[in-house]
Amino acid sequence: MYDVIIIGVGVSGAASARELSRYKASVCVLEKEEDVCCGTSKANSAIVHAGYDAVPGSLMAKLNVKGNEMMEQLAKDLDFPFKRIGSLVICLNEEDMPALEELYERGVKNGVRGLQIVSGEEVRAMEPNITDQVYAALYAPTAGIVCPFNLNIALAENACENGVEFKFDTEVQSIVKIDGGYELETSRGKFQAKYVVNAAGVYADKFHNMVSEKKIHITPRRGDYCLLDKTAGDHVSRTIFSLPTKYGKGVLVTPTVHGNLLVGPTAIDIENKEGTNTTREGLDEVITKAGQNVKDLPMRQVITSFAGLRAHEDGSEFIIGEVEDAEGFIDCAGIESPGLTSCPAIGEMVAGILKEKMNLEEKENFIATRKGILDPDTLTKEERAELIKKEPAYGNIICRCESITEGEIIDAIRRPLGAKSLDGVKRRTRAGMGRCQSGFCSPRTMEILARELGVSMSDITKSGGKSRLVVGTNKDRI
Amino acid sequence: MKIRVTERQASDMKNYDIVIIGGGPAGLAAAVSAKKSGIDSILILERDKELGGILNQCIHNGFGLHTFKEELTGPEYAQRFIDQAKELDIEYRLNTMVMDISHEKVVTAMNREEGLFEIQAKAVILAMGCRERSRGALNIPGYRPAGIYSAGTAQRLVNMEGLMPGREVVILGSGDIGLIMARRMTFEGAKVKVVAELMPYSGGLKRNIVQCLDDYGIPLKLSHTVVDIKGKERLEGVTLAEVDQNGKPIPGTEEEYSCDTLLLSVGLIPENELSRGMGVEMSRVTSGPVVNESLETNIEGVFACGNVLHVHDLVDFVSEEAAAAGKNAAAYVRGERSAEGGREIRLSPVDGVRYTVPVSINTARMDEELTVRFRVGAVFKNCYVSAYFDDERVIHRKRQIVAPGEMEEIRLTKDQLLKYPDLKTITVKIEEA
Repeated sequence: MYDVIIIGVGVSGAASARELSRYKASVCVLEKEEDVCCGTSKANSAIVHAGYDAVPGSLMAKLNVKGNEMMEQLAKDLDFPFKRIGSLVICLNEEDMPALEELYERGVKNGVRGLQIVSGEEVRAMEPNITDQVYAALYAPTAGIVCPFNLNIALAENACENGVEFKFDTEVQSIVKIDGGYELETSRGKFQAKYVVNAAGVYADKFHNMVSEKKIHITPRRGDYCLLDKTAGDHVSRTIFSLPTKYGKGVLVTPTVHGNLLVGPTAIDIENKEGTNTTREGLDEVITKAGQNVKDLPMRQVITSFAGLRAHEDGSEFIIGEVEDAEGFIDCAGIESPGLTSCPAIGEMVAGILKEKMNLEEKENFIATRKGILDPDTLTKEERAELIKKEPAYGNIICRCESITEGEIIDAIRRPLGAKSLDGVKRRTRAGMGRCQSGFCSPRTMEILARELGVSMSDITKSGGKSRLVVGTNKDRI
Repeated sequence: MKIRVTERQASDMKNYDIVIIGGGPAGLAAAVSAKKSGIDSILILERDKELGGILNQCIHNGFGLHTFKEELTGPEYAQRFIDQAKELDIEYRLNTMVMDISHEKVVTAMNREEGLFEIQAKAVILAMGCRERSRGALNIPGYRPAGIYSAGTAQRLVNMEGLMPGREVVILGSGDIGLIMARRMTFEGAKVKVVAELMPYSGGLKRNIVQCLDDYGIPLKLSHTVVDIKGKERLEGVTLAEVDQNGKPIPGTEEEYSCDTLLLSVGLIPENELSRGMGVEMSRVTSGPVVNESLETNIEGVFACGNVLHVHDLVDFVSEEAAAAGKNAAAYVRGERSAEGGREIRLSPVDGVRYTVPVSINTARMDEELTVRFRVGAVFKNCYVSAYFDDERVIHRKRQIVAPGEMEEIRLTKDQLLKYPDLKTITVKIEEA
């Protein structure tokens, strides 16, 4: 019996695992997918919000502002890309000024630092590609952007290094209360734990409702996005929001930490918890709405589009804490925006709850830092030459568009919780994430995966499960 | 990629007269021609593990009818040039990626053996070829499962690795690689259900439609596109719909196709990241460099040829164009390309002609004969390809049909141009009969 089982290794589960790994406890993470960061955490706006959106006094408001403050140090400790670029909420006409001012007031109440209402003229000076119709904007210098994949992967890797166990392709099917804890039946056998952390994203209501009479309900709220080529990456230099509506923060336009431009999301409530398909209407809406605040968007430069599902709970609030009628079952549910921003604080809160309940003691040998995959672009020419001399694989470019070497891909596969699929390599290294969208590098990355994992090419998948990339050999059915 | 160069030491730098970026058909033909024009110091930099470029995966025949008067496969055609390059002792590096070219023609490249190194070139020939447009660039809605490949990626898997990407195939786009892959997948035991083409005409060669689709009973649906992609892990099916004149899907025309593979053959994009990085002026129409009669870009001594310049239909024309680029680069290195006494004549594409390569001609630098290549924007039947020297119609060639999938050309001679001492603009157009 484990001390703690965490269901799900998106950012909430990974942050909770990492924070728990500071203490003397046996912790196991169960994940239904083949890798870290396969659900909501991989398909979102990648924004570190300042914290003016959430209702003052709410858990969302508190954890957002705290998570934002923690992110910078965490990015240094765990070596993932984070940039504090600031954000602007665009107000297009005088009639909407009260709403903008309310947002400002809310931000001040939430403890967001440096908020400022700036005039249309000032906005145009800051961002020349903002629409000429801009009347004013709320400027939040503390907002930032992050690589959501590497944030999530870094947290999980660090937890793993500190002794947390991870079981992938392990889908929890049922949970029953047993003496002194819970028994979880999964696609890979039974697991028992004294405590359970429910960080299952859009599925968190399903698990909560297995153990509690006080039901919760999560709606997958789909958001479609378009990602633009790096040539469009400096179209704006801050995150550009519209005034929020009841469905969320609206369609934003933002640079990404890797220099692309991201536009989206829509907000469509759906039933299917796996419904990550984009739709024509959704993509058209993204394009139309993004153009309301930002002019001359080069939509011909779109290199891919995707959809993510926000885990929207009916109460529009994070649900974090021990379930009232299920002792030892800790919810981490309803984690929609600003969940990514809040995740460092969410992890701390979940670990704090368990520390108190379990009287956990700190480990002496906790490893607080983690080194990411070496990016040779950050080296001087001499350092790079030295590296290639030592490791010739760093001289072999596999992904042309993003200049990713065989050395980086091997590192992504061999490190703790390493990549097992094409998408796993992509999220860790960016190989295949560039403008040709893996047209050139996918067969080569497949070869490296097959060699490193000791399997055949036809065993390599795009993203685990049934997503095999090749189905056989030539003429094998003739 | 940005490389932080701390201090550039000129002494470590290798020097070559001509550095050729890319060892595919364009790079090879350019190298052979430059060598034959008397330049010894030539280096080809190739990113793949062998010379020949994309021809190595084009194992079907039909190459070389113009150049060698016989039908060769892609690898055979490439081998003819590789053999010549080897006989001529032309230096090349394999598995070598060019990371950057400076405006001053310093080429930064990288490979496993030599690490990162720099080369100072007197002339550079850009011959990087092109890449395929991806699903993302088309913004097709739906899921993002395994089983969606660009036709060229599938071609590599099948022809070079012997691996089947899938069993039941739908192809979007009727570009030549898509048509060739329809036949190849059929040979290898897959069922190709349909080829859908957004435009009301095919983007590929007529002979490929006959030999790759018609001969195997594969339907070609013109004015159709993919409007939905199903399957979360592996592709399970696609929805096709007919489109109107603006390319918008017509509601009610949707048809479901179950398939595990979707191949995309929806256009090729010249790979000009290096060219842009060094400041080469680009054409918005071709996505390739803007060049003059010598196939020289706006940067003196930097030439371009093959699919990096504009996407070709036949490799024979690539070889011919690249040979001209090689010869001109050699003349540049020897200081024999003077524009003295010459006049600049502009080429203007109008009325159905999308672009011309080159865009300008200097009468002093031009050869005795010059081929102007171009593509048309739509299908024209019973028309004329015409060239006006200012206001006078000088070329008026009857054509039964011209189509966007096939490259067109006109030939100009120096004598002809010198007869018009005040000539400023040559307008190339399609005229209906």
